[in-house]
Amino acid sequence: MGGVHPSENKLSRAKAIEVLPLPEVVQIPLAQHIGAPATAKVAKGDKVLTGQLIAEATGFMSANIHAPISGTVQSVDLQPNGQGVRQMMITIKREGDEWVDTIDRSTELKKECTLAPQEIIAKIKEAGIVGMGGATFPTQVKLSVPPGKKAECLIINGVECEPYLTSDHRTMLEHGEELLVGVTILMKAIGVSKAYIGIENNKPDAIAHLQQLAASYPGVEVTPLKVRYPQGGEKQLIAAVTGRQVPPPPALPIDVGAVVCNASTTYAVYRAVQKNMPLIERVVTITGKGLKEPKNLLTRMGTPISTLIEAAGGLPENAGKVINGGPMMGRAMVNLDSPVTKGCSGITVMCGAEAERKSAGQCMKCAKCVAACPMGLEPYLLSKLSQKKKWDEVEAQMITSCIECGCCQSTCPAYLPLLDWVRLGKQTVMGIIRARMAAAAPKK
Amino acid sequence: MANKLIVSPSPHVQSMQSTASIMRDVVIALIPALVVSTVVFGVNVLGLTALSVAACVLFEYLIQRFLVKGSCTICNWSAVVTGVLLAFNLPASIPWWIVVIGAFVAIAVAKMTFGGLGKNPFNPALVGRVFLLIAYPVQMTTFPAVANPALDALSGATPLAAVKHGVEAGVLPVQDLLLGNMPGSLGEVSAVALLVGFAYLLWRRVITWHIPVTVLATMALFAFCVALARGGEASLLWQFPLFHLLAGGALLGSIFMATDYATSPMTVKGAVIYAVGIGAITMCIRLWGAYPEGMSFAILIMNSVTPLLNKYVKPKRFGVK
Repeated sequence: MGGVHPSENKLSRAKAIEVLPLPEVVQIPLAQHIGAPATAKVAKGDKVLTGQLIAEATGFMSANIHAPISGTVQSVDLQPNGQGVRQMMITIKREGDEWVDTIDRSTELKKECTLAPQEIIAKIKEAGIVGMGGATFPTQVKLSVPPGKKAECLIINGVECEPYLTSDHRTMLEHGEELLVGVTILMKAIGVSKAYIGIENNKPDAIAHLQQLAASYPGVEVTPLKVRYPQGGEKQLIAAVTGRQVPPPPALPIDVGAVVCNASTTYAVYRAVQKNMPLIERVVTITGKGLKEPKNLLTRMGTPISTLIEAAGGLPENAGKVINGGPMMGRAMVNLDSPVTKGCSGITVMCGAEAERKSAGQCMKCAKCVAACPMGLEPYLLSKLSQKKKWDEVEAQMITSCIECGCCQSTCPAYLPLLDWVRLGKQTVMGIIRARMAAAAPKK
Repeated sequence: MANKLIVSPSPHVQSMQSTASIMRDVVIALIPALVVSTVVFGVNVLGLTALSVAACVLFEYLIQRFLVKGSCTICNWSAVVTGVLLAFNLPASIPWWIVVIGAFVAIAVAKMTFGGLGKNPFNPALVGRVFLLIAYPVQMTTFPAVANPALDALSGATPLAAVKHGVEAGVLPVQDLLLGNMPGSLGEVSAVALLVGFAYLLWRRVITWHIPVTVLATMALFAFCVALARGGEASLLWQFPLFHLLAGGALLGSIFMATDYATSPMTVKGAVIYAVGIGAITMCIRLWGAYPEGMSFAILIMNSVTPLLNKYVKPKRFGVK
């Protein structure tokens, strides 16, 4: 239902993953996941090793953070992030490349996993793994099935429906075997016997490769999917694979028995559980039509994004927009020296006219936004009601179901900023709902 | 950093279509019908269409410039579409000044009064046509015989009018209806030309199939049931529905007028209800009403229901049973 098919522009699809040289200085934000920011465990002047815990999860909904390089902590202070907002970050200056000795850095495949489910989840938590598709939801939280709920299947998200991005695609091709071991580990962790790897048909090589490998992993099945943005959205993927629709918020995927995990995250789970490797590096697609050499770079966390752009041939003269992520859901950046974080699957550079928004016209009620909305909402109406500040009405029209995929705005022939208004409405309504719940809660 | 970067919220992709490109596509889709009409009724057709377009564009320009005092809107081609559609709803023998009056009613009264493109509750071209039909009934219902001597001319009454007045078409002139060899309004005469336009609009993703197909299917089913109830020859069971699909404004209306964005519902479900309504009302007027043709009235009546359909017929929400 709904969705759009933007130009795929997977410029870097055939580029093997390259290792980016170690950065001299890294900046590590304490908040690079959904939930509470981590608590710093190091101070200025401390020596750290690669893979050493430098910030600890604060409570249940949070994630550990490890040093991506070895060296000296230069500062723990506020630094501007990609959007120019100042955030707490740990800055480390590199000295050599010394690792914590429990980490197995060999590339040898380790299939056997004898750990109990709880031990697997503990190791994933220890390694600070979060959803690497961009949502950055702490993985151990996702795997901790709440009491009374039961997981029935695991779905691996290899859809990568965002235009331009290819980091999951390359990971599936180059680390397929490890990924499949990761799948079996996750299946064990949540106690299911069935796993589906959802991949869109525009990646036939990845489908064929994983299908061949999956033959020797019982219960694991590759599900080829028709190309349709936003099929990589968690709810869309569950519906595409299982035919079940997750009810509106506050319902979660587990309510229909599904646990979804991104392909790169699954590879990170393999490394965490089998190799004691914390999440300190990831594949980042650096791409854009104006770039000399779009590529997929294995990058340590905290590396300045400008370093990646240099590695792809530098910022073109007419570059107009640099996006952290893909063009549908990524965030435009103001500060290119901000660091790569756990959720950064790609950097998209847009040049010239494509970087600019065309001026908006008048809604002619063409209904293309309604047809495109994967959640069955009416973006034109939500946008109009939000402009008029009719918060009760937008709530009744289910604005909180919006997943902000951007289909509506990208399909609008009048170039209306539909999602801008819908976001405003959604955030306002969510604030109202929180206030209502707080007022209704029994006073202590 | 030498580059000044643009910062805006996602998405960072915009449609390849624009309001103007969509409207231009509608005009392109109407060209086959214009060509057939010119062949059937003579070059006069081109003059009438040009006049209607020019009048519509001029009225929109003047109103936008001097009354609304807003930015120029004629570049979005929507006034051109209204102009062509208005001309297509007129007989070839219509006096030129009636065309200008029709254009004024369509643009000034039916469109700009409500705020222009996207805000009009009724299809402007049809409001223009119906106004003229009521104000100038004689000129609006006098159809010239087919002008092209190469074609085998039919009488001056439209096939629907002939049926209305009790003249049973002895042999169904399917070939004539398909190719346009019959009297009628400019744009409605050739079913083939209109279907080519329909295919083009579908290919360019300007419209979806739901409204035209539902309108036509409803009409065919309705005609079939009537034929069944009336009894008679078995061949009428398919001839009668086919006649009603091909004669009059059924195709022009269902493909180009009922699908008007502003005046048709926003959801597929709503659009189907709307289209069933148009088909049924058209057939009621054709069979039992005072006019031989009911398409215009049916569309305008269902236009008035569109806001209600938008309010009460919601899309299937994801995850809601």
